Amino acid sequence: MKFSDTLFSAFSSLRSNILRTVLTTLGIIIGVAAVIAMVGVGAGAEQRIQGVMDTLGSNVIFVNNGSSVSSGARGGAGSLISLTEEDARALQEEGDAILVAAPSIRTSAQVINSSRNWFSSIYGAGSGYLEARGWDIVSGRTFTSQEERSPTKYAIIGQTVATQLFPEEDPIGQMIRIKRVPFMIIGLLDEKGETPWGGDQDDVVFIPITTAKTRITGGDRFRGPFVQSITVQASSAGEIMEAERQITEILQRRHGIKPGQPDDFTVRNIAQMVTARAQSERIMSILLASVAGISLLVGGIGIMNIMLVSVTERTREIGLRMAVGARPKDILFQFVLEAVVVSLIGGLIGITIGLAGSIAVARVGDWPIVASPIAALLSIIFAALIGIFFGYYPAYKASRLDPITALRQE
Amino acid sequence: METIIRTKGLSRDYMVGAQVVHALRDLDLIINRGEFVAIMGPSGSGKSTCMHLLGCLDTPSSGSYELDGEDISGIGPDKLASVRQRKVGFVFQAFNLLSGANAQRNVEMPLMYGAVERESRRQRASEALDAVGLSDRAHHLPAQLSGGQMQRVAIARAIVNRPSLLLADEPTGALDTTTGQEIMNLFRDLNKQGITVILVTHEEEVANFAQRILEFRDGCLTSDRSRQDVLGMQSL
Ligand SMILES: Nc1ncnc2c1ncn2[C@@H]1O[C@H](COP(=O)(O)OP(=O)(O)OP(=O)(O)O)[C@@H](O)[C@H]1O
Ligand SMILES: [Mg+2]
Repeated sequence: MKFSDTLFSAFSSLRSNILRTVLTTLGIIIGVAAVIAMVGVGAGAEQRIQGVMDTLGSNVIFVNNGSSVSSGARGGAGSLISLTEEDARALQEEGDAILVAAPSIRTSAQVINSSRNWFSSIYGAGSGYLEARGWDIVSGRTFTSQEERSPTKYAIIGQTVATQLFPEEDPIGQMIRIKRVPFMIIGLLDEKGETPWGGDQDDVVFIPITTAKTRITGGDRFRGPFVQSITVQASSAGEIMEAERQITEILQRRHGIKPGQPDDFTVRNIAQMVTARAQSERIMSILLASVAGISLLVGGIGIMNIMLVSVTERTREIGLRMAVGARPKDILFQFVLEAVVVSLIGGLIGITIGLAGSIAVARVGDWPIVASPIAALLSIIFAALIGIFFGYYPAYKASRLDPITALRQE
Repeated sequence: METIIRTKGLSRDYMVGAQVVHALRDLDLIINRGEFVAIMGPSGSGKSTCMHLLGCLDTPSSGSYELDGEDISGIGPDKLASVRQRKVGFVFQAFNLLSGANAQRNVEMPLMYGAVERESRRQRASEALDAVGLSDRAHHLPAQLSGGQMQRVAIARAIVNRPSLLLADEPTGALDTTTGQEIMNLFRDLNKQGITVILVTHEEEVANFAQRILEFRDGCLTSDRSRQDVLGMQSL
């Protein structure tokens, strides 16, 4: 019997009981949909994590001031200011897993040029900070170390500030005022985009930390040597753990913290922050994987069940086909093919639902939609294999029927 | 005369529990090409068993069988299926049509197992339906046909692969007398075109269409008479 004929008769016998066919495929539908959604969500989450890594800088560790404890009440993060510019210098010099350690303080203020003004984040930070974050200058230049150490009135601005204040002109060499202090723009930063939590990273002005302390945040909390945070870049991805260990060790020693005492600083790396955020997505993936596995198994058993019923119902037909010349292997092939067609129909519906589902989840969760043709192809192949595996036994039973007995069946 | 069927000591035993049922015993039979044979006998005498063996649907417990020059004894199920496909057409009492397929597709079905191309399949099925006088019902489902028409479709299906042997087990058993007569006329026409016909029946009027009547009793062939003379008289 030719393949196309077998295929045709498989379709016509399935069409004679559409509802049953669809119900049979339900398990496969759910299973495949779960696989597709899982791959979609997983890949989307993966891409987002990668995106976060790229925008925040790779191998970056954030060191912040810790919390104070006064008469049992703990202040919030940063309530105990202990980090100093000296700490940053020590980290960079002593930690051999540490490439860069850059101090910074942050505030926000109105930035004004002759005709426009804009409220922006002001960072007192130098070129070390930009280096740690992997942030390039696209035009102009960064601060010299001489300029960073003295309260010079130079500024480097982000793309958003540039478009807001200088929509037409080249900002390099222009003057801006922050809290009445005039700054000259010497550099323009590359575009960084949004943070994963929606902040605009390009809405920023960098000025030397010394200038920030003396002229902008004057009288604020970060007086003298103190800084708000230290941004550290580990020498490589593999060295992040070691760098963290060295930071803790060096700072504990410098701050005179005895073993058992709480640290007066916190150390977090990007990977940790992202991992925490990725955790829920990973749990979702695992959940979907279990649903997929169980559904496919149940779907396969459902197919086997319905094929057994079908063989029993169609015993006379099988007998007749044999009487007119069907060989046992023709019967075997016909029923296996029917099972495969059922699973493939389920697989195709499942892919459609799975794609729709992952698009919906991606919309809600606001991460990139990743449609994987390979996952779709593999699901289809897998569905076909399920059809063959679970359809084989009923088909084998059918092929072993004795034509006379089969024809006599009521 | 060319021999189409030759059996020697053909037997079929069934084991029912510890008891052996001799459904067919030691059948020695020669049938020539173009004969029209009726098999009669009481219920349980082995008529159907004999038909199944002659139609290669069953394998004998002992004895030999030669169909159309091919030795059938002891060949495997795949070869047997191929012999059925090429040489044998079956007509059953219960029609056995596929309810989901129209007349045309029912008739085409045996040709699929012979790997006949779709176009010539269609062509040959139309011819077969034409031969049984049902060209105008080609696209009707079995449920939309009368009993006689269904049996005609079944006959068309049996002759579509141009078999050398047409077997019918009580083909008129489920039909009224008039319709039965029509079906028998059809068998006679087919026989006149050269097909060897063997049919099982309980009715004398049906058997009278045949040239030769075999009678079975308890699995044994008890009588084998020719009606050549009778037919000759009728035609006068
Ligand atoms: N599968 C079987 N298992 C056991 N015994 C069987 C089987 N098939 C047939 N027989 C026995 O073989 C004998 C012959 O049966 P067969 O069907 O050939 O009779 P028949 O002449 O066609 O009868 P009827 O006119 O009722 O159709 C019967 O005694 C029957 O009980
Ligand atoms: Mg019988």
